[in-house]
Amino acid sequence: MDFLLAQILTGLASASSLFLVAAGLTIIFGVTRVVNFAHGSLCMLGAYIGWTVLSHTSRDPAAFVGGVVATFAIVGAIGALLEATLLRRIYHAPELLQLLATFGVMLMIQDMTLWIWGAGDLTLPRAPWLRGFIRLGEERFPVYDLVLIFLGPGVLGALWLLLHRTRFGTLIRAATENRDMVAALGIDQRRLFTAVFALGAGLAGMAGALLLPSGSANLHIDLAVVVDAFVVVVIGGMGSLPGAFIGSMMIGLLQVFGVLLLPKITLVLVFLVMAIVLAIRPNGLFGQPAAATAQAIARWDFVGPASSLLGWIGAAALIVATAAPLFTGAHVLGIMTEAAIAVLFASSLHLLMGPAGIASFGHAAWFGIGAYASALATRWLAAPLPFALLLAPIMAGVLAALFGVAVVRLSGVYLAMLTLAFAQIVWAVVFQWNTMTGGDNGLLGLWPPEALGLRGYYWLTLTLCTAASVLLRRMQRAPFGYALRAGRDSMPRAEAIGLPMVHLRLAAVTIAGAAAGLAGGLYGFAKGSVFPGYAGIDRSVDALLMVLLGGVQTISGPIVGALAYTMLYDGLLRLTTAWRFVLGAAILVLVVGFPRGIAGAARVWHGR
Amino acid sequence: MPITRRLLLASAGAIAAPGLIRAQASTPIRIGEINSYTAIAQFTLPYRKGWELAVAEINAKGGVLGRQLEVISRDDAGKPQDAVRLAGELVNDQKVDILGGTFLSNIGLAISDYALQNKKLFIGSEPLADALVWEKGHRYTYRLRPSTYMQAAMLVEEAAKLPAKRWVTVAPNYEYGQSAVKWFRTLLTAKRPDVTFVDEQWPALGKIDAGATTQALLAAKPEAIFNVTFGADLTNFVRQGNTRGLFEGRAVVSMLTGEPEYLEPLGEETPPGWIVTGYPGEAVDTPANRSFIAAYRAQHGEMPKMGSVVGYAFIRAVEAGLRKTGSTETEKMADGFAGATFETPFGAAYFRTQDHQSTLGTFVGKTALRNGKGAMIDWHYADGAKYLPGDDEVKKLRPG
Repeated sequence: MDFLLAQILTGLASASSLFLVAAGLTIIFGVTRVVNFAHGSLCMLGAYIGWTVLSHTSRDPAAFVGGVVATFAIVGAIGALLEATLLRRIYHAPELLQLLATFGVMLMIQDMTLWIWGAGDLTLPRAPWLRGFIRLGEERFPVYDLVLIFLGPGVLGALWLLLHRTRFGTLIRAATENRDMVAALGIDQRRLFTAVFALGAGLAGMAGALLLPSGSANLHIDLAVVVDAFVVVVIGGMGSLPGAFIGSMMIGLLQVFGVLLLPKITLVLVFLVMAIVLAIRPNGLFGQPAAATAQAIARWDFVGPASSLLGWIGAAALIVATAAPLFTGAHVLGIMTEAAIAVLFASSLHLLMGPAGIASFGHAAWFGIGAYASALATRWLAAPLPFALLLAPIMAGVLAALFGVAVVRLSGVYLAMLTLAFAQIVWAVVFQWNTMTGGDNGLLGLWPPEALGLRGYYWLTLTLCTAASVLLRRMQRAPFGYALRAGRDSMPRAEAIGLPMVHLRLAAVTIAGAAAGLAGGLYGFAKGSVFPGYAGIDRSVDALLMVLLGGVQTISGPIVGALAYTMLYDGLLRLTTAWRFVLGAAILVLVVGFPRGIAGAARVWHGR
Repeated sequence: MPITRRLLLASAGAIAAPGLIRAQASTPIRIGEINSYTAIAQFTLPYRKGWELAVAEINAKGGVLGRQLEVISRDDAGKPQDAVRLAGELVNDQKVDILGGTFLSNIGLAISDYALQNKKLFIGSEPLADALVWEKGHRYTYRLRPSTYMQAAMLVEEAAKLPAKRWVTVAPNYEYGQSAVKWFRTLLTAKRPDVTFVDEQWPALGKIDAGATTQALLAAKPEAIFNVTFGADLTNFVRQGNTRGLFEGRAVVSMLTGEPEYLEPLGEETPPGWIVTGYPGEAVDTPANRSFIAAYRAQHGEMPKMGSVVGYAFIRAVEAGLRKTGSTETEKMADGFAGATFETPFGAAYFRTQDHQSTLGTFVGKTALRNGKGAMIDWHYADGAKYLPGDDEVKKLRPG
């Protein structure tokens, strides 16, 4: 009994610290509609800044509280700066572009933190009161965890008072409901948004500083925290503070009992719960259906066929690419193989994001499934290359179809988050199921047969990727593509004229999944190995970057974007160890300066 | 234009230049080095300083085989697929003679597989996976650090002496954690049939729920604990364990915890008496270690960590292999590196012929608190050669 009580209290303590991060995230989303990927980085900054502040103060409780409050203020100021210089410029960009911009910020903060505080984990010596415990029968329970348990509801209460008893709070709630109305009433939105972002950032920073007594300031906090915070916010309903609180409780307790009952699958469990909640309540427990998407869609252009100039450029590029093996070395050929695969991968995502208007933040799931389908067939069934490659799109397509059935009615950020959840489940299964998938060490020795050689495999990849990409392009200008677009721009009207939108969207998810699966299968043989990372967040972000770099609104976008990104990334990695900083900065420049991507900018320029 | 002697010489030189380069009298020997400098900065930055020191020392004394050493280093971003592409770049464009480095096991294995496919020598410096020299071992891959198996075997030797019979394990849930626990259980049960393992905890890497894990371990009422968590997970685990009294009256045996990278963050919370593998730093009063520390501090102005030792030993191992082989031809090196003996701050070690594992060992000792900082006491150097299975066993494990 004592044990159970202690476990529940432990769960509540971790739920509280989770809530502090999630609260900031959900407030920021509620008002600004920005899904802030850099929220984990703000938490990490809080830990480091808190460390710097607290290692210069005395170790009594008052100084600790003072240090945490100071961290809240400093990180809040950083948040305000971030909002005023960057986010303010991208409020009208599509959601995924904003997500990407904050991802860029995350990359830059990673490098800056390393430069400022160094590579080692930083810990704060715990004062005796922080090491204390109370007794629950036989069990000892840390006093600090007890403090945390009360802190979560305390902060919730304080925020509730702020939101319901102050003018500032009223404005926040009004802006969460309808920000255009707030603007129409003559409220200075800029100051409101800056203040809200500062508040959210401050909360994240405070949560970071509060990690110190039970852990360390380290360079891995950002990603570890932000993914959990996303899960909590999505479960609770984005923008809902009580939702975030309930979501934190659910995840906190789930972790604790997961450790007891199913210690090996805690990673999967969290995402599974999120998927189930969203399948039942598509907007989370307390979420409102998002009204903002209509605005974003209004700015979509009509996508026409490629101009003849573009056609000639494409044909010339294809001829050069086909002839390339005759005059390039092995390394360039390797990069070109990757580029061809990247084109297909990006094109498959573009089908979803462009005509279908389905935001996917977990496109790597299909890529990973394809790669592992081929690899496992080769490993366990000794399948020959053609069969293994065939299996990649089939497996990915089948699973995408099953997944599609569950999610096709969702839209916007929730759909994006559900795709993320699914990709994380795939990743976690592959990562932890050692006996089957080789776990973290991956499956090795998957090189294409000797007879094919490097060139042969390149030509095979080029043929398959070009054919599939052309097919995906063709679909967009077929009735299928137009029907998808109709649904994207106005679901009720599309359904009113008799378009079976659910089936059409399901078909789009399946086709895109199968195409990404083929890309994954080809990639595995190109690298000679497959790893869990193929289904990881990084890989999904790669795909998004390629599409957005090229421009969502143009059909050539994914091709241009995939080529540009492959070159950029490879070059950066070779040239500088500060590649994260440079890549992050490049993303920001792109999002702010060229929101339509390279192909979009070229079209505007060409059209003049 | 009059044909002067100088012009004649110059043009002769220009015509002969490619040949001269091929003769390699003055071009450096190029080592293509790949590591997770951004993803695992904590371990790899000291590692880089270590190999930088060794390269500077060797080149100051005239290099190897009459040629200077040049390391071309790449950051793999923690991703095996990027590492494989960079290996291609290093081999095909930079024309490196040897590939080396890597920290994460999956990247080590991926590069090793690339090396096999492309017939290039690869010296894995830091990855611990047993598969690197056993299941996936081949003639082109050598490995420097003591593997998961070896470190587990070193700890089992001490663990078997403990009276404890009820054991629990806690390890990050991925390949490294899983093999460490597997070997520890197998080897300990072989030595001590009377022990039982009553619980196992598998926190996700980097996401330990330390309070719940500690509580669950306590509930199993163990007499001893085998820990494989490291880094930030370890700090969280130790703090919760200290407060909740998990380590009181219990023996703890722990992988890698004595390495300064992981011990330093524990600070005054370092639980005393844990049996660990690691590096006691200045306390190791051998001439090799003393001069290494002095040179390292002179160049970098800080104390070396475990990564520094590995980085330094990596270049020393390459140097010794090159000297023994007398050539940079891959096939000759693949044979020649076997048996090459090299000096490290820990003493001499060599690459075994049967599995290309080096005999570099590590220190086994107990943790203690010294002036508010973690330290290793009662340590001894565990020579890697003593903690490897017999040759018949290795043959079975290593098909290639």
